[in-house]
Amino acid sequence: MTKRTDIKSILILGAGPIVIGQACEFDYSGTQACRALREEGYRIILVNSNPATIMTDRELADATYLEPLTPDIVTAIIEKEKPDAILPTVGGQTALDLAIKLDERGTLKKYGVQLIGADVEAIKKAEDRERFKAVMDSVGIDTARGGFARNIESALEMVKNTGFPAIIRPSFTMGGTGGATAYNNEEFHELVDKGLSASPIGEVLIEESLLGWKEFEMEVVRDKNDNAIIICSIENIDPMGVHTGDSVTVAPALTLTDKEYQKMRNWSIECLRAIGVETGGSNVQFAVDPETGRMIVIEMNPRVSRSSALASKATGFPIAKIAAKLAVGYLLDELPNEITGKTLAAFEPSIDYIVTKVPRFDFEKFPTADGILGVQMQSVGEVMAIGRTFKESLQKAFRSLEVGLVGLEPKKVVGRDLDLKKMRFATAFRLVKIWKAFQDGVELETLHKITQIDPWFLYQIQELALDPAPKFEADEIREYKRRGYSDVQLAQRLDLKESEIRAFRLAEGILPTFKEVDTCAAEFPARTSYVYSTYETENEVIALPGKKVMILGGGPNRIGQGLEFDYCCVQAVFGLNEMGYKTIMVNCNPETVSTDFDISDRLYFEPLTFENVMNIVDLENPDGVLVQFGGQTPLNIANRLQEAGVNIIGTNPSAIDLAEDRKKFGAILDKLKIPAPAYGTAFTIEEASLVATEIGYPVLVRPSYVLGGRGMEIVYTEESLKKYVAQAALVSGEHPVLIDAFLEDAFEFDVDALCDGEEVYIGGILQHIEEAGIHSGDSACVIPPYQLLPNHRKRIEAYTRNLALSLKTIGLINIQFAMKEGIVYVLEVNPRASRTVPFISKVTDVPMAKYAAQLAAGKKLSDLNLHREKHTLIAVKKPVFPFNKFPQQNVFLSPEMKSTGEVIGLDSRLGAAFAKAEIGAGNHLPTKGTVFISVNDHDKQNTIDIARDFQEMGFQIMATQGTTEVLRENGLIVQAIHKINEGRPHVADHIKNGAIQLVINTPMGALAREDEYSIGRAAIRYKIPVITTLSGAKTAIRGIRRLALDDLSVNSLQDIFN
Amino acid sequence: MKKPAILLLENGHHFKGFSLGAIGTSGGEVCFNTSMTGYQEILTDPSYCGQIITMTTPHIGNYGVNPEDMESNKIQASGFIVREASPIHSNYRATQSLEDYLSEAGVVGIQGIDTRSLTRILRDKGAMNGIISSDDLDLDSLKKKLKLVPAMTGQDLVQEVSCQESWTWSSQKTAYSYRVVALDLGIKHNIIRQLAENDCEVIIVPATTSADEILALNPQGIFLSNGPGDPEPVDYAIETVKSLLDKKPIFGICLGHQILSLALGASTYKLKFGHRGGNHPVRNETSGKVEITSQNHGFAVEPSSLPEHLEVTHVNLNDGTLEGVRCKNIPAFSVQYHPEASPGPHDSRYLFKEFITMMDTHDKKN
Repeated sequence: MTKRTDIKSILILGAGPIVIGQACEFDYSGTQACRALREEGYRIILVNSNPATIMTDRELADATYLEPLTPDIVTAIIEKEKPDAILPTVGGQTALDLAIKLDERGTLKKYGVQLIGADVEAIKKAEDRERFKAVMDSVGIDTARGGFARNIESALEMVKNTGFPAIIRPSFTMGGTGGATAYNNEEFHELVDKGLSASPIGEVLIEESLLGWKEFEMEVVRDKNDNAIIICSIENIDPMGVHTGDSVTVAPALTLTDKEYQKMRNWSIECLRAIGVETGGSNVQFAVDPETGRMIVIEMNPRVSRSSALASKATGFPIAKIAAKLAVGYLLDELPNEITGKTLAAFEPSIDYIVTKVPRFDFEKFPTADGILGVQMQSVGEVMAIGRTFKESLQKAFRSLEVGLVGLEPKKVVGRDLDLKKMRFATAFRLVKIWKAFQDGVELETLHKITQIDPWFLYQIQELALDPAPKFEADEIREYKRRGYSDVQLAQRLDLKESEIRAFRLAEGILPTFKEVDTCAAEFPARTSYVYSTYETENEVIALPGKKVMILGGGPNRIGQGLEFDYCCVQAVFGLNEMGYKTIMVNCNPETVSTDFDISDRLYFEPLTFENVMNIVDLENPDGVLVQFGGQTPLNIANRLQEAGVNIIGTNPSAIDLAEDRKKFGAILDKLKIPAPAYGTAFTIEEASLVATEIGYPVLVRPSYVLGGRGMEIVYTEESLKKYVAQAALVSGEHPVLIDAFLEDAFEFDVDALCDGEEVYIGGILQHIEEAGIHSGDSACVIPPYQLLPNHRKRIEAYTRNLALSLKTIGLINIQFAMKEGIVYVLEVNPRASRTVPFISKVTDVPMAKYAAQLAAGKKLSDLNLHREKHTLIAVKKPVFPFNKFPQQNVFLSPEMKSTGEVIGLDSRLGAAFAKAEIGAGNHLPTKGTVFISVNDHDKQNTIDIARDFQEMGFQIMATQGTTEVLRENGLIVQAIHKINEGRPHVADHIKNGAIQLVINTPMGALAREDEYSIGRAAIRYKIPVITTLSGAKTAIRGIRRLALDDLSVNSLQDIFN
Repeated sequence: MKKPAILLLENGHHFKGFSLGAIGTSGGEVCFNTSMTGYQEILTDPSYCGQIITMTTPHIGNYGVNPEDMESNKIQASGFIVREASPIHSNYRATQSLEDYLSEAGVVGIQGIDTRSLTRILRDKGAMNGIISSDDLDLDSLKKKLKLVPAMTGQDLVQEVSCQESWTWSSQKTAYSYRVVALDLGIKHNIIRQLAENDCEVIIVPATTSADEILALNPQGIFLSNGPGDPEPVDYAIETVKSLLDKKPIFGICLGHQILSLALGASTYKLKFGHRGGNHPVRNETSGKVEITSQNHGFAVEPSSLPEHLEVTHVNLNDGTLEGVRCKNIPAFSVQYHPEASPGPHDSRYLFKEFITMMDTHDKKN
């Protein structure tokens, strides 16, 4: 054994909040690392600011710090915990950057902590593109032509070499932030400018354009004995020019000869050696010129990544876990391949299926984004599908996306013609459009010229697109199933119902066969049950013996449904295992912990459609199916499952429907005498204006059945209401538009509770910091509430209890309340897991999701350990937004959820908790300088105190004319500055000149919108925090005061709760 | 229109699919290969003589075939089984589709079957004979034909693939530092390319060439090539090698490794389903390092049969089988796997350098 015994404790750095480019794959890798190192007997200290992660459950580490990932805070943790080593390679770019900073400020040296997994030198060599290029040159590996520029002059010099289009990438940013392609001189100028400011070191890379080249990735693992193996090759269907996170990708690579593949393999390994990645996993990206075969290395990441998570799921080889073991000295030939149990980790997986990954975008959240994919990542999640052929895998993947596609097949949209020229640009559904183009008779060669997608992939899509309607006979249906057609697709072609296709299949014995993911293409028997469905002749999977429960996962991450739900699913597995149940997980999101093959007793990597879930039910016949943990995804099919005779355990899906049904739910509220805002529903524009007039403006409008407030808006006038309804009809279809009275100026609360049908346990009450009207997922919130009278609290608790019991809840329930003028209103009830469950569970030390699963399986609340320790903890949850990825977007919050993730600030004082949350979210709350204030008329009165507080803390104040007048009248010293359209220098100029450190700007309606956009855009670019509500401003003042004292302390969950 | 085809196995199991390549009937030992790339190299590898190859990776033919990736001058396998053969090919070097290539060569194949299921049968039951047909779909008739397919064990397949006359590998170079005689038991071209790249003039001689004839060519080293099937019936080559021991440095690969071991007194046995793929981990017992290797063999050297003066240099980490030996007292070594790769990883190319070093050392001594 070569395991290191000179180190006893290891600090693992997490990745922080979910942002575009860094999502829950790092919870997956971090969780694996914690488990892998803990089982080796090391003391594990973990720091991560993301409360929704599984890795921060306190069972997973010896000391868990839910603290911001900044050098100051981590230094304080190091000082307290005195770890021997830091593992910086499982927390994404965040952890690597942090490790470098800790090294640069001498912290590592001072406390004698060493980095394991990757050293500073290697990280720098890999990250600094200039050095990277030089290192590659030195070992004879080809890279793209181009060079680095620190100013526009040298950039212009370089572009002479590379020609147009040219790629501009800022150095040292995450997810390719700021990267772009310039097609002309003017664009080039602008993009270089932007890139230089986006780069923390003010440097950009100018490179020859590789547009149209094929793109590949290799996942490499190396140990300290220089044993190196390739885990997986990945081929991007979208050619170069699209961020790999936004590309549709396949594994293994499908269009490389062995000669090309082996060259890529050699270069990958040589790249790790040259960069100096002594141990662990890295990915190396390649581009190949399809005309000449010229191969170049694009970049490498000396850490586990989104791609390594995908590769782990695609092959069954747990890269992060192995990387963690290698970091403490193990060799690949000392570690077992846990899938086979017989062979060793020193081998290269061979796979006998095709894996397709498809990104999920949420462009509809950001209507001004143009939807064109580029070198900067924009997707918010992804799905993966496994099939025995590319066609099957591809169709399964697209129907896993939950965007209404039933395969790769385009939706039938009447009267929409394809614009072939536009297909030059990669977009979210370009492959679907390609299908359409083939149907329209476009030639393969033409599409290849336009899209540059490899003809092999195009040919596969062409074959699908030109498949005629099948004959309704067994052999033909079987053949179509083998090509990945869903029952719905077949039903559409045969003009039948989905149920008729299913019935026919069952009668004819056309059943899917389930096959194992075994790392070795069946060469050795596998002992782990990680399986997928396909239509072949042999089924390898027999039903799990004993009592078992199936848990339906959340599918792809999207805004409004992310890591939080995966957390709940995994907790459910733990809870049911504790009760002696076998667990079956069904999910299609490769980034998650739930799809780690050793979490549940059996993992079905499958689309969460009725057809695929029923196929599993037919085989497994589970004792119960849990649908309340995976967000909206399982609920979309829950009723049909129940109708098909599936035993849904926990809250009945009909209760969930009831809560969505305005009329029925209204009757319950009436019966319970619980106030709710006046509401109505409408199917037409006329109905809508009638309803709204009756309720009175402003009203909140939204389509029914949505998660994350999709399509939700506050409407002040009849005119805008009509406009909204006209658009919403397109969004929803058969469901009506819901119209609610909007409680302006109310305070909102979120409650999560457990119910066993008889008793109710209130997990916690969260108070929103932002006012009503901002989506609960986008609002910062505090637990316990900071402004709630005992009688109001009692009322909230009583309402929660009554509602939970009335809906016959078994498991979790989430209720949103609003309080206005002393009245508590119910806004929304969701008898299922909510986004806030992990947050409340962490703060109260009560694993609510786990308990909910146990209640669903028959336990009573009285059986559970709900004893809660008294503590003085205050926790602030702060969302993070992807505005920097969509710079044309305004930064104002609305009922439509826009945040991608969240951080926690944990302290015994509200100000400190808020400050930590702000720091964790990457907002640089200033402790001195100038605050710019611009508020709407409605807010002017209440701004006076806030401005005074800032002045007393030593801030200068700038304001727009209107706000200035109000403040000056109240004795404040204010510098009046121009709005954007009032002449220059205006507010954006002041921001750009560094004259403003904080912006308070409350929305002012359509007229002032252009102003708001410009301010927001400038603030994003110069990383100035923008506060858009007065309650947010008040809390910020508390945070700033605390920051000024410079006395933030750190405490682990174990310190707090043990 | 796709033509139906059938694969019938010795154990009675059959698969219905569609024809690939030539229309006809062909029998052989059915084996599986887990390489995800390199089907052209595999098809043209003479070691597959007498065998029907199943590719475990589902899509085959995507990048077509080209004149550069040949491991001999023709397709050597008796048949080819894939999940899905690509009708089109996409690669800048491709000159022909796999389908046309197989048809032209008269090689019978089958596609569209559950190749994973077939692999599991071979893994569990062991390698067995089988027959593919696209012109006779009658199972009873095929059963009779299958009985006529000879068993792999005891067959001398080397005669079928070895060259008839000796020849010299031609390359751009005119002068070499070393001359190597390669005993052609079914040699792969990339072995010759590797030797040539290491500055060796390579003279390839028929398997039946005598030791005297070989020594008369005055080589600095002798190479024993890979080849098909059971090593034991190749007794003439074993005898030849016995006479060459200690005369010149000897390097053997695959069948050559088995022949060398047999010549030194060890014995061989048939593996249950063989090693065929590009992902087998082998540990170099001297350095402790792991190499990912390319493998293709159905027989192996029995470790317990090794004579005193033969030491184990390489071990397979998957199943502990013997992967390489070295003579303690004379200049001879060999490996079971394929350091020339093609297809497969290049981790073990250092072995060609070791052969060069061995020749250098031997030259100095004499």
